[in-house]
Amino acid sequence: MSAAGYLLPYDFSPLTVFSFAAMLGLYSIGLLRMPAADRPGPVRIVTFVLGVMLCYAVMQTRFDYYSQYMFFVHRGQHLILHHLGPLLIALSNPLPIVRYWYGLAGPGSRRLLAPLGWLYRLLQQPAIAAFLFVGLIFFWLWPPIHFDAMLSRQLYWLMNWSMLLDGLLFWWLILDSRSPAVSNALGYGKRILLLALVAIPQMILGAWIVFSRGMVYDVYEVCGRAWPMPPETDQLLGGLLTWIPPAMMSIVGILIILRRAMHADGARAQSQPLAEGSAP
Amino acid sequence: MTPMNLPLARVAIVLLSLALTGCLGDAENWHGKDISGLMPELAFTLTGTSGKPVTEADSSGQIRLVYFGFTSCPDVCPATLSSLRTAIKKMPDNLQDEVTTLFVSVDPNRDTPERIGSYVQFFGEGIVGLTGEEAALRTFAKRYRTTFGYDQPDAEGNYQVSHSAAVYVFDGDGEARLLLRPGLSAQQISEDLTTLAAESSPS
Repeated sequence: MSAAGYLLPYDFSPLTVFSFAAMLGLYSIGLLRMPAADRPGPVRIVTFVLGVMLCYAVMQTRFDYYSQYMFFVHRGQHLILHHLGPLLIALSNPLPIVRYWYGLAGPGSRRLLAPLGWLYRLLQQPAIAAFLFVGLIFFWLWPPIHFDAMLSRQLYWLMNWSMLLDGLLFWWLILDSRSPAVSNALGYGKRILLLALVAIPQMILGAWIVFSRGMVYDVYEVCGRAWPMPPETDQLLGGLLTWIPPAMMSIVGILIILRRAMHADGARAQSQPLAEGSAP
Repeated sequence: MTPMNLPLARVAIVLLSLALTGCLGDAENWHGKDISGLMPELAFTLTGTSGKPVTEADSSGQIRLVYFGFTSCPDVCPATLSSLRTAIKKMPDNLQDEVTTLFVSVDPNRDTPERIGSYVQFFGEGIVGLTGEEAALRTFAKRYRTTFGYDQPDAEGNYQVSHSAAVYVFDGDGEARLLLRPGLSAQQISEDLTTLAAESSPS
């Protein structure tokens, strides 16, 4: 197959291509027009673009073909859509760009956006966010639902988009760049607790898939595999991908939050008047 | 709209759709898997065993059983096709003619129309052998969310082909209705086909 064959979408989705183009377009225009003082540095820009392009790649290149016909590749696809891609996007902290565009919105469009804001605040309640994050994984991996999702084109797209959007919401909540001390962002302790809590059910699910004797997801058997591979191997690899990398992502998330919490502590200590008056 | 709000609008749609799809229940008791509404209606242009093009219109009004396979298939394909023949023979006599089996070979390099023709003869009357260019076969398979792949050939040039193990059932109007997973008995398939045939011919 030619290089173009690998880069072009297997199942072309105009809405998906448009959404990604709009996301990158709004980001770039915002970046160029905003005051230089607010502009994110090159590392953050690269992180953002990398996160967006990873998600795009697993949805609109040949990767998607293998995701549809191999269980373990499908798990890899969701690992990127629900974990790695959104984590990178949230870590790059595109908040200044969002603020820039929101600043341009008139009072009319702000009123229109208000219900979205309410929905957003509802979904970002820690308990709801954690439930959604784990619940969606379990929902789409519930065998009868998974079977339908792999058979129906509409459900398949709904599945992938819901994973991506929920991933963005969750990691945005966790990696919120605003300090909880001076804003209503979630406290660092709660963020760490959420990360630990969501890891446990994912590990149980992954381990259950790995140690299942029978075929849990026979849809790949029914619909043919991208290449002949023993079904047990496919399921084992898929289970491992559900089990270990998401748990590691939680660990990475916890380390990032711990680092921020320690920095915040250090900053607070520095801002307090010191008796000795010695600066580090 | 800001970049954050575009996804948010979708969250609402997604949640709504989740609620809707979660509420769909099975009205009828099929042995096979009910795929009504999950897949598009039957449509294809492939090559028949006479070498001429065949489309879904040629078997319009019939219940179509679509099965992907290849003639060098060691066990799964013959077993499935003979199970389908047995199932159709078990149907009431007046309904047996309402069913056409479409055997689609996804191995066009080895399976010439003639070879498919002599192969399908083993499996009774109402069976049509089909194949086509690999691109046409890929398009057809993709439409029904399935695929096929080839192993590396061995010293004698023999190779394995991965393909769907299920039978797709379309009704007389070409609507996708059932997916017969491997493991169903001929009796169960026969019952499903009889129910389906009876609903389209109210006699």
